[in-house]
Amino acid sequence: MNAELGVRGHVLALESADMSAHSKNYEILPKASETGEPIGELLKVSMGPQHPSTHGVFRMDVMLDGEKVVKLKPVFGYLHRNHEKIAENISYLGSMPYTDRLDYFCSMTNNWAYALSVEKLAGLAVPERAEYIRVIMAELTRLQNHTCLIGFFVQDMGALGTPLMYAFREREKILDLFESVSGARMMCNYLRFGGVRCDVTTEWLAQAKQLVDGYGKFLDEFEALFTENEILLARTQGVGVLSRELAVNASITGPMLRAAGVNYDIRKVDKYGIYSRFDFKVPLGEHGDTYDRYMIRILEMRESLKILHQALRDIPSGPVMDPKAKLRGFRPKAGEAYGRIESPKGELGFYLISDGSANPYRYRVRPPSFINLTILEDMCLGQRIADTVVILGSVDIVLGEVDR
Amino acid sequence: METPEQIKSRLEAAEPGARIEILPNDCPAGERSLLVDPAHALVLAKFLRDDPQLRLDYCSNVTGVDWPEAELNEKIKVKQVVDGVEKEIEEVKKTVRPGFLEVVYHLYSMELKHGPVVLRQRAANRAAGAPAVSLTSVWRGCEFQEREVFDLFGIRMEGHPDLRRILMWDGFKGFPMRKDYVAPDDFEYEPTPHDEVLEEAQKHYLPEVKA
Repeated sequence: MNAELGVRGHVLALESADMSAHSKNYEILPKASETGEPIGELLKVSMGPQHPSTHGVFRMDVMLDGEKVVKLKPVFGYLHRNHEKIAENISYLGSMPYTDRLDYFCSMTNNWAYALSVEKLAGLAVPERAEYIRVIMAELTRLQNHTCLIGFFVQDMGALGTPLMYAFREREKILDLFESVSGARMMCNYLRFGGVRCDVTTEWLAQAKQLVDGYGKFLDEFEALFTENEILLARTQGVGVLSRELAVNASITGPMLRAAGVNYDIRKVDKYGIYSRFDFKVPLGEHGDTYDRYMIRILEMRESLKILHQALRDIPSGPVMDPKAKLRGFRPKAGEAYGRIESPKGELGFYLISDGSANPYRYRVRPPSFINLTILEDMCLGQRIADTVVILGSVDIVLGEVDR
Repeated sequence: METPEQIKSRLEAAEPGARIEILPNDCPAGERSLLVDPAHALVLAKFLRDDPQLRLDYCSNVTGVDWPEAELNEKIKVKQVVDGVEKEIEEVKKTVRPGFLEVVYHLYSMELKHGPVVLRQRAANRAAGAPAVSLTSVWRGCEFQEREVFDLFGIRMEGHPDLRRILMWDGFKGFPMRKDYVAPDDFEYEPTPHDEVLEEAQKHYLPEVKA
């Protein structure tokens, strides 16, 4: 067909054209030069939703010129269950277990963001010890999230299995800690408005300290595999560059924003909880490319270890719940509040409107990975199809949160 | 950071004719919001982004709120003459608030590290596709979130570059986040041939033998 028309197609496009009778997963669109002469052809490929590199049920409608991406539209919503509507029909506390299922890698930070917003809405105080426990849980969550992300990220580049298993081995140790304190590995449901559900024991703290002490050595090993790896450098440096201006304008948050060189970490800006007490730095990238996004996560984990060392050293004894906080019959006064934290993926916020009843009138999740996908097309344009997978990996999405 | 009153007066000075209202918030944190009229929303948003004192370059959160028609009860004191003596009597005054849809924006500044400024605009009624102004041309970060507002609340964001459903599928009818939305019992219901087959089969049954 192509030979008859005299079309010069690329190898990938031609091969696919021969298969067109068997599959409908793509279509070929004619492309004309300015004079109207055909100069090749564009191939429309639907990547996903069952593609292993899309980290869940996520689809990209990609238009290809040979191997080059000329258009990309993300399609999602396959996991949509209208989390916000469910939350508006149940009590405030009833939504706490549901927040675990948003970003199922980071249930502790999801809990914290929600608890923080409700505390802001109702004006609840959090005891000292509970604040320390929250920081410890959040930073452990950040460690396991970033470790796994890098495992998945290098798997997308073809390092099948081994690095991901190293990452999961370390994650499992952290999940064991979560399980022993909350009863669940992933769906922790551990925080409460005005504190945490139950206290941690001294043995638990000793175990956590042991893990934190050993984690630096693991990171060294992990980095020895990747940071100067020739393949990783070739696949990531200069790929998927995100400019500083676009990152700010497109509401990008978290490691992606800081990789583009913008110094904005909500732990430093809002100083929520007790983050002002800890000595840690905010790592910043320079080029905004995929390599910077990888490196930022490694550096952030090292800073998290610093925070954990300080928190485990300074944690005081005392109660873990505000005695004034009511678990049952909780009805905040009418009003609205927006609370946000720095979750491992970016700014996780909850916007709540109360009308004085037991259920929130409006409950809104500001999901970081959903909004970070806004500029996926901008980063992928002009890149090769194989690189879109790597770029998507570096965005760090979890579909439970994107689709809600 | 400036108070909502200061921001309001500067906005009005910069854009004469804009109608801006400050809405109260009774919660302890008490972030009051600025309600702007749709005709000036885009100009005011650009001002908020570019003003050197505010520099609200980061639009964090965009969402809709549905306010259906409601009956508001207000207690007022009325003087009445009872048995020749003037008395103050409490009466309940009932007013009907017409329904409307709202779009809420939470703005922060990444450069000056302050915030939030809460910006609201209202669609006049609750009709399907009631219009509001898209601010995607000011903050790119609104793109997906305004699509979500369109998808789940049915607010048509005028001037949005790519206004399609985002979480629900394309053929879906209705707006699930509205307060009066009733979910079907079974989203995946498909008519099956069972009923027809049963009916056919019943024709062949012997008539019931009655005792």
